[in-house]
Amino acid sequence: MADLKLTDIAKSYGDVQVLKNIDLDIKSGEFIVFVGPSGCGKSTLLRMIAGLERITGGELQIGGQVMNDIPPSQRGIAMVFQSYALYPHMTVRDNMAFALKIAGQSKDQIQQATDRAGKMLQLTPYLDRLPKALSGGQRQRVAIGRAIVRDPQVYLFDEPLSNLDAALRVATRIEIAQLKASMPDRTMIYVTHDQTEAMTLADRIVVLAGGGIAQVGAPLELYERPVNEFVAQFIGSPAMNLLPGKVKTVGQMTTVALDGGLEAQVAIPTRPGDEGMSVNLGVRPEDMRETDGTPVFEGKVDLTEALGEVTLLYFGTDEDVVPVTAKLPGIHPGLNGRTIRLTADPEALHLFHNGNSLLYRDGVDLPPYQPRTNRPSGSVGGEHGASAMPSEAGDAHDGRIDGGLIKPEGPVR
Amino acid sequence: MELFWLAISTIVIGVFGCVAWFWGSNMVLDAIYPPRGENAGDNIRRANQVRPWLFLGPALLFLGLYLVYPVIDSLWRSLHNADGSRFVGGSNYSWLLGDGKFRESMRNNMLWLLVVPALSTFFGLIAAQLTDRIKWGNIGKSLIFMPMAISFVGAGVIWKFIYEYRAPDETQIGLLNWIVTKLGGDPQIWLTLLPWNNFFLMIVLVWIQTGFAMVILSAALRGIPEETIEAAILDGASPMQVFMKIKVPQIMGTIAVVWTTITIVVLKVFDIVFVMTNGQWGTQVLANLMYDWMFRGSPDYGRGSAIAIVLMILVTPIMVWNIRNARKEVR
Repeated sequence: MADLKLTDIAKSYGDVQVLKNIDLDIKSGEFIVFVGPSGCGKSTLLRMIAGLERITGGELQIGGQVMNDIPPSQRGIAMVFQSYALYPHMTVRDNMAFALKIAGQSKDQIQQATDRAGKMLQLTPYLDRLPKALSGGQRQRVAIGRAIVRDPQVYLFDEPLSNLDAALRVATRIEIAQLKASMPDRTMIYVTHDQTEAMTLADRIVVLAGGGIAQVGAPLELYERPVNEFVAQFIGSPAMNLLPGKVKTVGQMTTVALDGGLEAQVAIPTRPGDEGMSVNLGVRPEDMRETDGTPVFEGKVDLTEALGEVTLLYFGTDEDVVPVTAKLPGIHPGLNGRTIRLTADPEALHLFHNGNSLLYRDGVDLPPYQPRTNRPSGSVGGEHGASAMPSEAGDAHDGRIDGGLIKPEGPVR
Repeated sequence: MELFWLAISTIVIGVFGCVAWFWGSNMVLDAIYPPRGENAGDNIRRANQVRPWLFLGPALLFLGLYLVYPVIDSLWRSLHNADGSRFVGGSNYSWLLGDGKFRESMRNNMLWLLVVPALSTFFGLIAAQLTDRIKWGNIGKSLIFMPMAISFVGAGVIWKFIYEYRAPDETQIGLLNWIVTKLGGDPQIWLTLLPWNNFFLMIVLVWIQTGFAMVILSAALRGIPEETIEAAILDGASPMQVFMKIKVPQIMGTIAVVWTTITIVVLKVFDIVFVMTNGQWGTQVLANLMYDWMFRGSPDYGRGSAIAIVLMILVTPIMVWNIRNARKEVR
């Protein structure tokens, strides 16, 4: 069994506290991803689990055993480094065999283990080559192979794909996912700054910020129910827009009067007495959709980025206002400089007070997370969905399909 | 004061002479092949064929004057009699083969060759690894490196005092004999003690060269990617195994360069022997033997040159290998 238990883990270098109050339970067989901005201590935390950094506070248990002072090689872990860290003077086979040789295994055992790992990772033709004769992707596979031959309970990955080019990164990411699927009882902990890797690989994501854990949860839970503005803006790309305003009416549906005069309906309950409370309305760029009804946001497009699949609209980049980004599916030429109105579903909106989500107020226990499946896409002329003011949504809808406010000035897919 | 001005003017003439040569010769070249006009393209091409030789010229000239000419002259002299007046063919070389002192020198040179590079590199490697790990490592490094700044003659004098002998009833001023007598032993005339006196001389060169080996190897050790060491630790390697199986193999090229560089120094060893024993008591080496025949007593240029040629032939292959290795390291 290889469940990990981190209790009040802390790390400081002299007087500088890097990590503190890290409490985390990782179940055997879980794929956990640590994400966070540069310098948040995610690699340090991984290296503490590996035993490469001393734990200066708290307790680390692996499989029920306290590991704080156990040397790295006896923790039942293996680590894959960002730089591969292959031994340059050894062949691929010797690289993978090194740990087994140190452990004093027989030649036959070593041969068997390296053959199997080589086959598993399609490295068989390269077993007698030196690392310098391999491509980046092959080197990374050797590094993974070096972990596999030891058959550890816990795999640690420290940004393993960062040194690969984009196409190879996707391919290797899928390989890692398949590797995990082939070893369901092995625990994997993976550090990355890449959201896509985190979202696609993780059973649970641990967002680290400011020396502690900001939120732990399934990828989509972090996406849909972020606990604070930091997580909200860190998960999802482009980052969530935050529009300042004040609570106007309370209830199961909350009405927010936004600075600038617009209003929004949000499906987050508020209590009597909340009226007038200053909040930030969170709306993801991909949840925004063009409307001719009452908008949540109205502005002049400063800049567009056409990616083919989607078009990014940037508002307020050159003014002294809150910059807003919207992501519309498809191609929309000729929007630059035009004023358009955008709305979003009440269910897709978030409310933050003093940086924290109102959803989690007073430690309220939320029902277990279920991903929203019927989310309307935020497209121009998209599926039927409630606009900021549901009463007007109906009329607005038909008009937009044929003669939408955004008139194509070029070929539109 | 006169000397001072002489030195200053030499420096000024040297520096400005160089500048004047490179600037002036390139000006002349551009005047002959002006990079303009209707033949500009051809002129530039021709000028570019000549220009490298302008830069190489002085170096080639001085190399020829001070390296190639002496080699050829030595070769010529080695085939002639004592004063160079009569051609004697290979008789100087056949004399070498039969000469007891020459065989002793060859044997000693080979001993030096085996012991000094090995010990210097070994101690240097150990010192490099250990000083990297401790707080006062940099001070330790400076102390170990210090002998590099001492000339071989100076080092010879220092160590001669360490081995100094006084009669048992006198105060021992030599460090080694002082220790020996304090421990209850009898003072020894160390430098006449065959075969150990050879090793006593070698220690001096090891003492000097360890610093060199340490500095180069320390830089190489620091160049090893930290992750490979961490990976080895995770793989369960002990500190000794990390050192022997991960670190040393990764700096093998540098070790080879250090080893061969010291080997060349060793083959040329002269000053230490000259100062401490002058080749007496079975400590003669080739360079000192050559000096003896060339400049001492009634000089025999023929035999001296023959020894010089033998020395050169011994050094050359190691030199070539060393340069190749060093180039590989750079790549």
